[in-house]
Amino acid sequence: MAYSEKVIDHYSNPRNVGTLDKGSPNVGTGLVGAPECGDVMRLQIQVNPETGVIEDARFKTFGCGSAIASSSLATEWLKGKSVDQALTIDNMDIVEELALPPVKIHCSVLAEDAIRAAINDYRVKQGLEPIAEEKSHH
Amino acid sequence: MVLFLQIRIGLNNMIKLPVYLDNNATTKVDPRVLETMIPFFTEDFGNAASRNHPFGWKAEEAVDYAREQIAALIGANEKEIIFTSGATESNNLALKGVFEMYAEKGKHIITAVTEHKAILDTCKHLEKQGAEITYLHPAENGLLTVAQVEEVIRPDTILVTIMFGNNEIGVLQPIREIAAVCKKHGVLFHSDATQAVGKIPVDVMADNIDLMSFTAHKMYGPKGIGALYVRRKNPRVKVTAQMDGGGHERGMRSGTLNVPGIVGFGKAAELARLEMQTDTNRIIKMRDRLENSLLTLEESYLNGSKEHRLPHTTNISFKYVEGEGLMMAIKDIAVSSGSACTSASLEPSYVLKSLGLDDELAHSSLRFGLSRYTTDEEIDFTIKCVTDAVNRLRDMSPLWEMFKEGIDLKSVQWTEH
Repeated sequence: MAYSEKVIDHYSNPRNVGTLDKGSPNVGTGLVGAPECGDVMRLQIQVNPETGVIEDARFKTFGCGSAIASSSLATEWLKGKSVDQALTIDNMDIVEELALPPVKIHCSVLAEDAIRAAINDYRVKQGLEPIAEEKSHH
Repeated sequence: MVLFLQIRIGLNNMIKLPVYLDNNATTKVDPRVLETMIPFFTEDFGNAASRNHPFGWKAEEAVDYAREQIAALIGANEKEIIFTSGATESNNLALKGVFEMYAEKGKHIITAVTEHKAILDTCKHLEKQGAEITYLHPAENGLLTVAQVEEVIRPDTILVTIMFGNNEIGVLQPIREIAAVCKKHGVLFHSDATQAVGKIPVDVMADNIDLMSFTAHKMYGPKGIGALYVRRKNPRVKVTAQMDGGGHERGMRSGTLNVPGIVGFGKAAELARLEMQTDTNRIIKMRDRLENSLLTLEESYLNGSKEHRLPHTTNISFKYVEGEGLMMAIKDIAVSSGSACTSASLEPSYVLKSLGLDDELAHSSLRFGLSRYTTDEEIDFTIKCVTDAVNRLRDMSPLWEMFKEGIDLKSVQWTEH
């Protein structure tokens, strides 16, 4: 299968690979996917509690090139956004940016799920209600 | 057009990329084979069945000679070689041909779940025609036992078909012992020896094989030409033709003979017979070096029996690395993956799964197939490339991190999607 240049770039030079302290109250961690499905993403955000801005984002992904690229791109987009802005990231934006083929759309869905899971983890730590799973994916 | 890059390893040794290590899929045609084939396209282009002129005689003579070369490789008589388009056709002809020819005796066939699709799908087809098929399950090392076969032989069993060497893991079945048991019970024995013939000594007399499928393109010959060995004595075996026509190949396989292909097949068989031992001595050293190096990586596992195996094949799983991501990282090496996940529906190798591997481990497996042309420099490059890829992907893998922290991944509540 042919990968787009952007997927190859993110896969070969992934941005923000790493681990944040998941015990910190300012860090939200989202772990989504399953090993037997061939994709597991862990996405972490570090939020400034004063401003609500995401100051750092890190990922680790077990998966194909498109899954790695989707999570790498997600961390780039998350940095500097407020938590509320981060919630507006749509999986189809990732599909478009990386030119993912139809069979790889699930990678973008997973990245969006990982963002929401990380935000919810942060919200719960801050004593807030988690965001409901209201949205249906494309 | 494929762009081959030339890169420099060490000081002088140039290797061509990508490195070809998929020789269980197909092999390069040996230039000596190609040379023998060329005159039969434009000069000696006659039909081997034309009896009335020198064009035909020359073609027939060339076919007869090739038949002898091929028979010599497997210890057969040249009259026992039936030319086909390849091993898939040979397998079809053997199974369907025996099922029809021996219908009066019975309709029970014994095979194994690790066989090639050309056997399994033919068995499925025969089941629709009323055949009863017993599918044996090998042990975790991929091996069947003679006792397993003998236990399921029935009075109406007409055929046992067990492959010689497995195409994915290279495991060699105890063919001689299984064939002996079949003979004892008066049951025909067929072997799909596609991966084995030309790579290891195969002798249809000593091994007591009644029918055997093999093909030229796995032994440095051309594609599109294969053979079915059909025993003529003790017992005299017959198969019902699956293609009607001019009655070529003793009536078992009609169709104008592929003379250039047959000539090439003959030459490839001769070279295999003469050079097998020297080739194997070289190849097995490189294969073992590759295998031992990759198995020094943590959480990497050899699939299939280490002892009973083709000399040029190794299949290794790398835990906590995803198969497709791994393939992308080693694009400079042409190998096969146990994962067929080019689509959203993941289908790991049924052979690896039958050995008891879970989906994850089956997905992250690589099959390396070496050849007469593989060099030490290519093996060095492959070891480095795969090692770097596995390490890099593990550094990026949350599963590897969890494993390293001592978390039991089975205890994690995963969110399926």
